Amino acid sequence: MAVKVMIPTPLRQFAGKQESVNLEAGTVGDALNALTSQFSDLKKHLYSDDGRLRSFVNVYVNDEDIRYLQREKTAVQQGDTISIVPSIAGGAKA
Amino acid sequence: MATRLTQPAPAPAAEPALSKQEVLRYSRHLIMPEVGMDGQLKLKKAKVLMVGSGGLGAPLGLYLAAAGVGRLGIVDFDTVDFTNLQRQVTFGTSDVGRKKLEAARERLSNLNPEIRFDTYETRLTSDNALEILRDYDIVVDGTDNFPTRYLVNDACVLLGKPNVYGSIFRFEGQASIFGYPGGPCYRCLYPEPPPPGLVPSCAEGGVLGVLPGIIGCIQAMETIKLIIGKGEPLVGRLLLFDALGMRFRELKLRKNPECPVCGEHPTVTKLIDYAEFCGIRGEEAPMQTAAVPEIAVKQLKQRLDRGDDLYILDVREPHEYQICNLNGHLIPLGELPRRVSELDSSREIVAHCRSGKRSAEAVEFLTKAGFRKIWNLKGGILAWSDEVDPSVPKY
Repeated sequence: MAVKVMIPTPLRQFAGKQESVNLEAGTVGDALNALTSQFSDLKKHLYSDDGRLRSFVNVYVNDEDIRYLQREKTAVQQGDTISIVPSIAGGAKA
Repeated sequence: MATRLTQPAPAPAAEPALSKQEVLRYSRHLIMPEVGMDGQLKLKKAKVLMVGSGGLGAPLGLYLAAAGVGRLGIVDFDTVDFTNLQRQVTFGTSDVGRKKLEAARERLSNLNPEIRFDTYETRLTSDNALEILRDYDIVVDGTDNFPTRYLVNDACVLLGKPNVYGSIFRFEGQASIFGYPGGPCYRCLYPEPPPPGLVPSCAEGGVLGVLPGIIGCIQAMETIKLIIGKGEPLVGRLLLFDALGMRFRELKLRKNPECPVCGEHPTVTKLIDYAEFCGIRGEEAPMQTAAVPEIAVKQLKQRLDRGDDLYILDVREPHEYQICNLNGHLIPLGELPRRVSELDSSREIVAHCRSGKRSAEAVEFLTKAGFRKIWNLKGGILAWSDEVDPSVPKY
Protein backbone atom coordinates (compact mmCIF):
# COMPACT_ATOMS: atom_id res chain seq x y z
CA MET A 1 0.00 0.00 0.00
CA ALA A 2 1.39 3.41 -0.88
CA VAL A 3 1.33 5.56 2.22
CA LYS A 4 2.67 8.98 3.12
CA VAL A 5 4.63 9.45 6.31
CA MET A 6 4.60 13.03 7.67
CA ILE A 7 7.91 14.01 9.24
CA PRO A 8 7.65 16.59 12.04
CA THR A 9 9.94 19.61 11.94
CA PRO A 10 12.34 18.50 14.71
CA LEU A 11 13.06 15.28 12.81
CA ARG A 12 13.29 16.59 9.25
CA GLN A 13 17.04 17.11 9.54
CA PHE A 14 17.37 13.34 9.91
CA ALA A 15 15.11 12.59 6.94
CA GLY A 16 16.90 14.49 4.23
CA LYS A 17 15.01 17.68 5.19
CA GLN A 18 11.78 16.26 3.75
CA GLU A 19 8.40 17.06 5.27
CA SER A 20 6.95 13.78 4.09
CA VAL A 21 8.17 10.50 2.64
CA ASN A 22 6.19 8.15 0.40
CA LEU A 23 6.57 4.48 1.18
CA GLU A 24 5.11 1.06 0.46
CA ALA A 25 3.90 -0.73 3.57
CA GLY A 26 1.23 -3.08 4.85
CA THR A 27 1.29 -1.99 8.46
CA VAL A 28 2.47 0.98 10.47
CA GLY A 29 5.40 -1.10 11.69
CA ASP A 30 6.41 -1.85 8.10
CA ALA A 31 6.25 1.82 7.22
CA LEU A 32 8.40 2.85 10.18
CA ASN A 33 10.91 0.12 9.41
CA ALA A 34 11.10 1.23 5.81
CA LEU A 35 11.54 4.81 7.01
CA THR A 36 14.34 4.04 9.44
CA SER A 37 16.04 1.80 6.89
CA GLN A 38 16.07 4.67 4.47
CA PHE A 39 17.07 7.21 7.15
CA SER A 40 19.07 5.43 9.81
CA ASP A 41 19.61 8.61 11.87
CA LEU A 42 15.87 8.70 12.51
CA LYS A 43 15.97 5.42 14.32
CA LYS A 44 17.36 6.60 17.62
CA HIS A 45 14.89 9.48 17.71
CA LEU A 46 11.93 7.20 17.17
CA TYR A 47 13.03 4.08 18.99
CA SER A 48 14.71 3.46 22.32
CA ASP A 49 17.55 0.96 22.65
CA ASP A 50 15.17 -1.89 23.37
CA GLY A 51 13.43 -1.40 20.04
CA ARG A 52 10.27 0.20 21.39
CA LEU A 53 8.72 3.35 20.02
CA ARG A 54 9.69 6.23 22.30
CA SER A 55 6.86 7.36 24.54
CA PHE A 56 7.22 11.04 23.66
CA VAL A 57 6.64 10.19 20.02
CA ASN A 58 3.10 9.46 18.95
CA VAL A 59 2.16 7.84 15.69
CA TYR A 60 -1.17 8.35 13.96
CA VAL A 61 -2.80 6.73 10.99
CA ASN A 62 -4.89 9.50 9.48
CA ASP A 63 -6.28 11.05 12.66
CA GLU A 64 -6.21 8.03 14.97
CA ASP A 65 -3.49 7.30 17.51
CA ILE A 66 -2.08 3.80 16.86
CA ARG A 67 -2.09 3.11 20.60
CA TYR A 68 -5.85 2.86 20.27
CA LEU A 69 -5.67 0.79 17.12
CA GLN A 70 -3.32 -2.16 16.79
CA ARG A 71 -0.15 -0.19 17.48
CA GLU A 72 2.57 -1.11 14.97
CA LYS A 73 0.42 -3.93 13.64
CA THR A 74 -2.21 -1.45 12.48
CA ALA A 75 -2.92 -2.16 8.84
CA VAL A 76 -2.70 0.74 6.42
CA GLN A 77 -4.77 1.42 3.33
CA GLN A 78 -3.76 2.91 0.04
CA GLY A 79 -3.34 6.64 0.45
CA ASP A 80 -3.27 6.66 4.25
CA THR A 81 -1.22 9.28 6.02
CA ILE A 82 1.00 8.24 8.90
CA SER A 83 1.91 11.14 11.18
CA ILE A 84 4.79 11.19 13.62
CA VAL A 85 4.01 13.67 16.39
CA PRO A 86 6.73 14.29 18.97
CA SER A 87 6.26 16.47 22.00
CA ILE A 88 7.56 20.03 21.62
CA ALA A 89 7.85 22.71 24.21
CA GLY A 90 9.64 25.61 22.51
CA GLY A 91 11.47 28.18 24.57
CA ALA A 92 14.18 27.49 27.04
CA LYS A 93 16.83 24.83 27.03
CA ALA A 94 15.30 21.68 28.51
CA MET B 1 -52.09 37.70 67.82
CA ALA B 2 -48.56 37.18 66.62
CA THR B 3 -47.37 38.99 63.62
CA ARG B 4 -45.60 36.64 61.36
CA LEU B 5 -42.44 38.22 60.22
CA THR B 6 -41.12 36.62 57.13
CA GLN B 7 -37.41 36.29 56.96
CA PRO B 8 -36.09 38.60 54.30
CA ALA B 9 -34.65 36.58 51.40
CA PRO B 10 -30.86 36.56 51.47
CA ALA B 11 -29.52 39.20 49.10
CA PRO B 12 -28.30 37.56 45.90
CA ALA B 13 -24.55 37.70 45.40
CA ALA B 14 -23.83 40.92 43.59
CA GLU B 15 -23.68 40.05 39.89
CA PRO B 16 -21.19 42.09 37.97
CA ALA B 17 -22.83 44.48 35.64
CA LEU B 18 -21.29 46.38 32.78
CA SER B 19 -20.73 50.08 33.18
CA LYS B 20 -21.57 52.40 30.33
CA GLN B 21 -17.87 52.55 29.53
CA GLU B 22 -17.64 48.81 29.35
CA VAL B 23 -20.72 48.54 27.17
CA LEU B 24 -19.05 50.91 24.74
CA ARG B 25 -15.66 49.23 24.99
CA TYR B 26 -17.09 45.80 24.26
CA SER B 27 -19.78 46.90 21.84
CA ARG B 28 -18.41 44.70 19.07
CA HIS B 29 -18.88 41.70 21.35
CA LEU B 30 -22.28 42.76 22.58
CA ILE B 31 -23.81 43.09 19.15
CA MET B 32 -22.99 39.46 18.38
CA PRO B 33 -25.67 37.00 19.49
CA GLU B 34 -22.96 34.47 20.31
CA VAL B 35 -21.58 36.79 22.97
CA GLY B 36 -24.09 39.45 23.94
CA MET B 37 -24.43 40.79 27.48
CA ASP B 38 -24.50 37.24 28.87
CA GLY B 39 -21.23 36.33 27.24
CA GLN B 40 -19.53 39.57 28.18
CA LEU B 41 -20.63 39.18 31.79
CA LYS B 42 -19.20 35.66 31.78
CA LEU B 43 -15.93 37.13 30.54
CA LYS B 44 -16.01 39.73 33.28
CA LYS B 45 -16.53 37.08 35.94
CA ALA B 46 -13.88 34.78 34.52
CA LYS B 47 -10.52 34.21 36.19
CA VAL B 48 -7.78 33.04 33.89
CA LEU B 49 -4.20 32.23 34.86
CA MET B 50 -1.48 32.54 32.25
CA VAL B 51 1.59 30.51 33.02
CA GLY B 52 4.37 32.24 31.16
CA SER B 53 4.46 35.63 29.53
CA GLY B 54 6.73 35.03 26.58
CA GLY B 55 6.13 34.22 22.95
CA LEU B 56 2.80 32.51 23.56
CA GLY B 57 1.89 34.75 26.47
CA ALA B 58 2.23 37.94 24.41
CA PRO B 59 -0.79 37.63 22.13
CA LEU B 60 -2.59 35.66 24.82
CA GLY B 61 -2.42 38.40 27.41
CA LEU B 62 -3.25 41.09 24.89
CA TYR B 63 -6.36 39.37 23.55
CA LEU B 64 -7.66 38.16 26.91
CA ALA B 65 -7.31 41.68 28.29
CA ALA B 66 -8.91 43.14 25.19
CA ALA B 67 -11.82 40.71 25.49
CA GLY B 68 -12.54 41.78 29.04
CA VAL B 69 -11.54 38.71 31.07
CA GLY B 70 -12.20 40.13 34.51
CA ARG B 71 -9.27 38.66 36.31
CA LEU B 72 -5.98 37.77 34.68
CA GLY B 73 -3.17 36.17 36.60
CA ILE B 74 0.32 35.92 35.11
CA VAL B 75 3.15 33.73 36.36
CA ASP B 76 6.61 34.70 35.14
CA PHE B 77 9.90 35.36 36.90
CA ASP B 78 11.88 36.40 33.86
CA THR B 79 13.34 39.70 32.68
CA VAL B 80 12.81 41.11 29.19
CA ASP B 81 15.81 40.22 27.04
CA PHE B 82 16.74 41.92 23.78
CA THR B 83 16.39 38.63 21.91
CA ASN B 84 12.79 38.34 23.15
CA LEU B 85 11.62 41.27 21.03
CA GLN B 86 11.61 39.22 17.85
CA ARG B 87 8.42 37.55 19.11
CA GLN B 88 7.29 38.75 22.54
CA VAL B 89 5.25 41.66 21.29
CA THR B 90 3.87 42.73 24.64
CA PHE B 91 7.25 44.32 25.24
CA GLY B 92 9.10 47.19 23.66
CA THR B 93 12.75 48.06 23.28
CA SER B 94 12.54 50.33 26.30
CA ASP B 95 11.42 47.37 28.42
CA VAL B 96 14.68 45.45 27.97
CA GLY B 97 16.02 44.71 31.43
CA ARG B 98 12.67 45.15 33.16
CA LYS B 99 10.79 42.35 34.83
CA LYS B 100 8.36 40.82 32.34
CA LEU B 101 5.52 41.00 34.83
CA GLU B 102 5.98 44.70 35.35
CA ALA B 103 6.17 45.43 31.64
CA ALA B 104 3.20 43.16 30.87
CA ARG B 105 1.06 44.67 33.59
CA GLU B 106 1.75 48.14 32.27
CA ARG B 107 0.98 47.25 28.68
CA LEU B 108 -2.13 45.22 29.43
CA SER B 109 -3.51 47.75 31.96
CA ASN B 110 -3.14 50.43 29.34
CA LEU B 111 -5.05 48.29 26.87
CA ASN B 112 -7.78 47.58 29.38
CA PRO B 113 -7.81 49.25 32.81
CA GLU B 114 -11.00 47.35 33.75
CA ILE B 115 -9.08 44.11 34.22
CA ARG B 116 -7.75 42.98 37.57
CA PHE B 117 -4.17 41.74 37.09
CA ASP B 118 -2.50 39.49 39.60
CA THR B 119 1.14 38.81 39.06
CA TYR B 120 3.20 35.98 40.49
CA GLU B 121 6.89 36.63 40.15
CA THR B 122 8.02 33.13 40.83
CA ARG B 123 8.90 29.92 39.15
CA LEU B 124 5.91 27.62 39.26
CA THR B 125 6.88 24.63 41.40
CA SER B 126 5.27 21.64 43.04
CA ASP B 127 5.28 23.64 46.27
CA ASN B 128 3.31 26.61 44.99
CA ALA B 129 1.36 25.40 41.95
CA LEU B 130 -1.79 24.19 43.66
CA GLU B 131 -1.99 27.34 45.76
CA ILE B 132 -1.54 29.67 42.79
CA LEU B 133 -3.86 27.82 40.42
CA ARG B 134 -6.61 27.24 42.93
CA ASP B 135 -8.34 30.61 42.54
CA TYR B 136 -8.65 30.47 38.78
CA ASP B 137 -11.20 28.93 36.42
CA ILE B 138 -8.95 28.25 33.47
CA VAL B 139 -5.20 27.87 33.14
CA VAL B 140 -3.36 28.67 29.92
CA ASP B 141 -0.01 27.01 29.46
CA GLY B 142 2.44 29.30 27.70
CA THR B 143 5.58 27.80 29.17
CA ASP B 144 8.81 26.96 27.52
CA ASN B 145 9.99 23.72 29.11
CA PHE B 146 8.81 20.20 29.69
CA PRO B 147 8.97 19.99 33.49
CA THR B 148 6.61 22.97 33.85
CA ARG B 149 4.23 21.58 31.25
CA TYR B 150 3.89 18.36 33.19
CA LEU B 151 3.54 20.31 36.42
CA VAL B 152 0.77 22.52 35.00
CA ASN B 153 -0.98 19.50 33.57
CA ASP B 154 -0.93 17.50 36.75
CA ALA B 155 -1.97 20.48 38.89
CA CYS B 156 -4.89 21.21 36.55
CA VAL B 157 -6.09 17.62 36.63
CA LEU B 158 -5.79 17.47 40.41
CA LEU B 159 -7.72 20.73 40.74
CA GLY B 160 -10.21 19.95 37.97
CA LYS B 161 -9.33 22.95 35.84
CA PRO B 162 -9.07 23.05 32.05
CA ASN B 163 -5.57 23.64 30.72
CA VAL B 164 -5.45 25.44 27.37
CA TYR B 165 -2.28 24.09 25.83
CA GLY B 166 -0.12 25.53 23.08
CA SER B 167 3.41 24.76 22.04
CA ILE B 168 5.75 25.63 19.22
CA PHE B 169 8.96 24.70 17.53
CA ARG B 170 10.47 26.57 14.59
CA PHE B 171 7.61 26.48 12.11
CA GLU B 172 5.22 24.08 13.80
CA GLY B 173 2.70 24.53 16.52
CA GLN B 174 0.33 22.43 18.54
CA ALA B 175 -2.80 23.42 20.45
CA SER B 176 -5.36 21.58 22.49
CA ILE B 177 -7.34 21.71 25.71
CA PHE B 178 -6.29 19.28 28.41
CA GLY B 179 -7.88 18.55 31.73
CA TYR B 180 -11.42 19.32 30.64
CA PRO B 181 -13.89 17.09 32.53
CA GLY B 182 -14.11 13.84 30.59
CA GLY B 183 -11.32 14.84 28.25
CA PRO B 184 -7.69 13.74 27.97
CA CYS B 185 -4.79 15.37 29.75
CA TYR B 186 -1.25 16.08 28.53
CA ARG B 187 -0.03 12.77 29.91
CA CYS B 188 -2.65 10.90 27.89
CA LEU B 189 -0.86 12.24 24.84
CA TYR B 190 2.72 12.16 26.11
CA PRO B 191 3.12 9.91 29.15
CA GLU B 192 6.81 10.73 29.33
CA PRO B 193 8.96 13.67 28.40
CA PRO B 194 11.86 13.39 26.00
CA PRO B 195 15.27 13.10 27.64
CA PRO B 196 16.95 16.50 27.92
CA GLY B 197 18.88 17.43 24.83
CA LEU B 198 16.90 15.28 22.43
CA VAL B 199 14.37 17.99 21.51
CA PRO B 200 16.00 21.35 20.82
CA SER B 201 14.63 24.57 22.34
CA CYS B 202 14.03 27.91 20.59
CA ALA B 203 17.41 29.15 21.72
CA GLU B 204 18.98 26.21 19.96
CA GLY B 205 16.58 25.56 17.10
CA GLY B 206 15.26 29.07 16.52
CA VAL B 207 11.62 30.03 15.98
CA LEU B 208 9.81 32.18 13.48
CA GLY B 209 8.64 35.04 15.72
CA VAL B 210 5.09 35.15 14.48
CA LEU B 211 4.52 31.42 15.10
CA PRO B 212 3.91 31.72 18.86
CA GLY B 213 1.80 34.73 17.91
CA ILE B 214 -0.54 32.48 15.94
CA ILE B 215 -0.63 29.69 18.51
CA GLY B 216 -1.03 32.14 21.41
CA CYS B 217 -4.00 33.68 19.58
CA ILE B 218 -5.50 30.24 19.16
CA GLN B 219 -5.09 29.69 22.89
CA ALA B 220 -6.81 33.01 23.58
CA MET B 221 -9.62 32.05 21.23
CA GLU B 222 -10.12 28.69 22.93
CA THR B 223 -10.08 30.30 26.36
CA ILE B 224 -12.74 32.79 25.36
CA LYS B 225 -14.86 30.02 23.82
CA LEU B 226 -14.66 28.04 27.04
CA ILE B 227 -15.72 31.07 29.05
CA ILE B 228 -18.70 32.02 26.91
CA GLY B 229 -19.56 28.38 26.25
CA LYS B 230 -19.81 28.70 22.49
CA GLY B 231 -18.34 26.81 19.55
CA GLU B 232 -16.43 23.54 19.63
CA PRO B 233 -13.43 23.57 21.93
CA LEU B 234 -10.23 21.66 21.19
CA VAL B 235 -11.07 19.02 23.78
CA GLY B 236 -9.94 15.63 22.54
CA ARG B 237 -8.42 17.31 19.49
CA LEU B 238 -4.79 18.05 18.79
CA LEU B 239 -4.49 20.91 16.36
CA LEU B 240 -1.26 20.79 14.37
CA PHE B 241 -0.14 23.86 12.52
CA ASP B 242 2.54 23.85 9.82
CA ALA B 243 3.42 27.46 9.13
CA LEU B 244 5.61 26.83 6.11
CA GLY B 245 2.93 24.85 4.30
CA MET B 246 0.22 27.01 5.92
CA ARG B 247 -1.74 23.91 6.82
CA PHE B 248 -3.81 23.00 9.82
CA ARG B 249 -4.33 19.33 10.63
CA GLU B 250 -6.16 17.69 13.42
CA LEU B 251 -5.57 14.46 15.28
CA LYS B 252 -7.92 12.73 17.68
CA LEU B 253 -6.84 12.73 21.28
CA ARG B 254 -8.32 10.08 23.50
CA LYS B 255 -8.47 10.00 27.24
CA ASN B 256 -6.21 7.16 28.29
CA PRO B 257 -8.08 4.99 30.82
CA GLU B 258 -4.69 4.00 32.22
CA CYS B 259 -3.37 7.55 32.48
CA PRO B 260 -1.44 7.85 35.74
CA VAL B 261 -2.98 11.24 36.45
CA CYS B 262 -6.46 11.37 34.95
CA GLY B 263 -7.19 7.70 34.37
CA GLU B 264 -9.51 5.38 36.20
CA HIS B 265 -6.88 4.34 38.72
CA PRO B 266 -4.55 7.32 39.03
CA THR B 267 -1.16 6.68 40.58
CA VAL B 268 -0.16 10.34 40.62
CA THR B 269 -2.31 11.91 43.29
CA LYS B 270 -0.02 14.75 44.20
CA LEU B 271 2.59 16.88 42.48
CA ILE B 272 5.98 15.27 42.00
CA ASP B 273 9.52 16.43 41.32
CA TYR B 274 9.20 17.36 37.66
CA ALA B 275 12.85 18.16 37.11
CA GLU B 276 13.63 14.62 38.14
CA PHE B 277 10.77 13.27 36.02
CA CYS B 278 12.26 15.02 33.01
CA GLY B 279 15.71 13.73 33.79
CA ILE B 280 17.32 16.99 34.78
CA ARG B 281 19.25 16.91 38.00
CA GLY B 282 19.57 20.20 39.86
CA GLU B 283 20.79 23.26 37.98
CA GLU B 284 21.93 22.74 34.43
CA ALA B 285 25.43 21.38 34.67
CA PRO B 286 27.89 22.56 32.05
CA MET B 287 28.17 20.02 29.28
CA GLN B 288 30.17 17.08 30.45
CA THR B 289 32.50 16.62 27.52
CA ALA B 290 35.82 15.01 28.22
CA ALA B 291 38.24 17.87 28.94
CA VAL B 292 39.46 19.07 25.57
CA PRO B 293 42.52 21.23 25.01
CA GLU B 294 41.41 24.85 24.95
CA ILE B 295 42.66 28.22 23.87
CA ALA B 296 41.25 31.48 25.16
CA VAL B 297 40.18 34.14 22.65
CA LYS B 298 42.83 36.60 23.83
CA GLN B 299 45.52 33.97 23.42
CA LEU B 300 44.30 33.24 19.89
CA LYS B 301 44.42 36.94 19.06
CA GLN B 302 47.98 37.19 20.38
CA ARG B 303 49.12 34.19 18.36
CA LEU B 304 47.48 35.44 15.18
CA ASP B 305 48.98 38.91 15.66
CA ARG B 306 52.36 37.27 16.06
CA GLY B 307 51.92 35.65 12.68
CA ASP B 308 51.60 32.07 13.93
CA ASP B 309 50.39 29.67 11.26
CA LEU B 310 47.07 28.61 12.76
CA TYR B 311 44.26 26.94 10.86
CA ILE B 312 40.88 28.20 12.02
CA LEU B 313 38.15 25.58 11.72
CA ASP B 314 34.59 26.88 12.01
CA VAL B 315 32.10 24.11 12.78
CA ARG B 316 28.94 26.21 12.63
CA GLU B 317 26.26 26.20 9.92
CA PRO B 318 26.51 28.25 6.70
CA HIS B 319 23.77 30.66 7.78
CA GLU B 320 25.71 31.41 10.95
CA TYR B 321 28.88 32.07 8.97
CA GLN B 322 26.96 34.76 7.12
CA ILE B 323 26.12 36.55 10.37
CA CYS B 324 29.73 36.81 11.45
CA ASN B 325 32.89 34.79 11.15
CA LEU B 326 36.60 34.74 11.91
CA ASN B 327 37.52 33.88 8.32
CA GLY B 328 37.67 30.28 9.38
CA HIS B 329 37.35 27.26 7.15
CA LEU B 330 33.72 26.17 7.44
CA ILE B 331 32.90 22.50 8.02
CA PRO B 332 29.57 22.17 9.88
CA LEU B 333 29.88 19.77 12.80
CA GLY B 334 27.48 17.26 11.25
CA GLU B 335 29.68 17.05 8.13
CA LEU B 336 32.97 16.72 9.94
CA PRO B 337 33.20 12.91 9.87
CA ARG B 338 32.69 12.96 6.10
CA ARG B 339 35.07 15.84 5.42
CA VAL B 340 37.85 15.18 7.88
CA SER B 341 40.24 14.57 4.97
CA GLU B 342 40.07 18.30 4.23
CA LEU B 343 42.06 18.89 7.40
CA ASP B 344 45.80 18.63 7.68
CA SER B 345 46.73 17.05 10.99
CA SER B 346 50.27 18.40 10.76
CA ARG B 347 48.97 21.94 11.19
CA GLU B 348 47.88 23.61 14.39
CA ILE B 349 44.09 23.81 14.30
CA VAL B 350 41.79 25.98 16.41
CA ALA B 351 38.17 24.87 16.22
CA HIS B 352 35.40 27.32 17.05
CA CYS B 353 31.64 27.64 16.99
CA ARG B 354 29.25 30.13 18.56
CA SER B 355 29.76 29.45 22.22
CA GLY B 356 32.33 26.67 22.38
CA LYS B 357 30.05 23.65 22.81
CA ARG B 358 29.95 22.29 19.30
CA SER B 359 33.61 22.98 18.73
CA ALA B 360 34.44 21.03 21.91
CA GLU B 361 32.69 18.05 20.35
CA ALA B 362 34.65 18.62 17.16
CA VAL B 363 37.95 18.64 19.06
CA GLU B 364 36.96 15.48 20.90
CA PHE B 365 36.12 13.78 17.62
CA LEU B 366 39.29 14.92 15.86
CA THR B 367 41.46 13.93 18.81
CA LYS B 368 40.01 10.43 18.60
CA ALA B 369 40.74 10.53 14.88
CA GLY B 370 44.42 11.09 15.67
CA PHE B 371 44.77 14.87 15.51
CA ARG B 372 47.29 16.07 18.10
CA LYS B 373 47.59 19.80 17.46
CA ILE B 374 44.01 20.87 18.00
CA TRP B 375 42.37 23.30 20.44
CA ASN B 376 38.88 24.40 21.21
CA LEU B 377 38.27 28.17 21.22
CA LYS B 378 36.83 28.66 24.68
CA GLY B 379 33.59 30.66 24.58
CA GLY B 380 33.48 30.66 20.80
CA ILE B 381 32.79 33.66 18.64
CA LEU B 382 30.66 35.13 21.42
CA ALA B 383 33.73 35.39 23.63
CA TRP B 384 35.70 36.83 20.69
CA SER B 385 33.09 39.57 20.40
CA ASP B 386 33.12 40.21 24.16
CA GLU B 387 36.86 40.26 24.68
CA VAL B 388 38.66 40.88 21.42
CA ASP B 389 36.53 42.57 18.78
CA PRO B 390 33.21 44.11 19.85
CA SER B 391 32.37 44.91 16.24
CA VAL B 392 31.60 41.24 15.72
CA PRO B 393 27.82 40.88 16.16
CA LYS B 394 26.53 38.45 18.75
CA TYR B 395 23.53 36.31 18.02
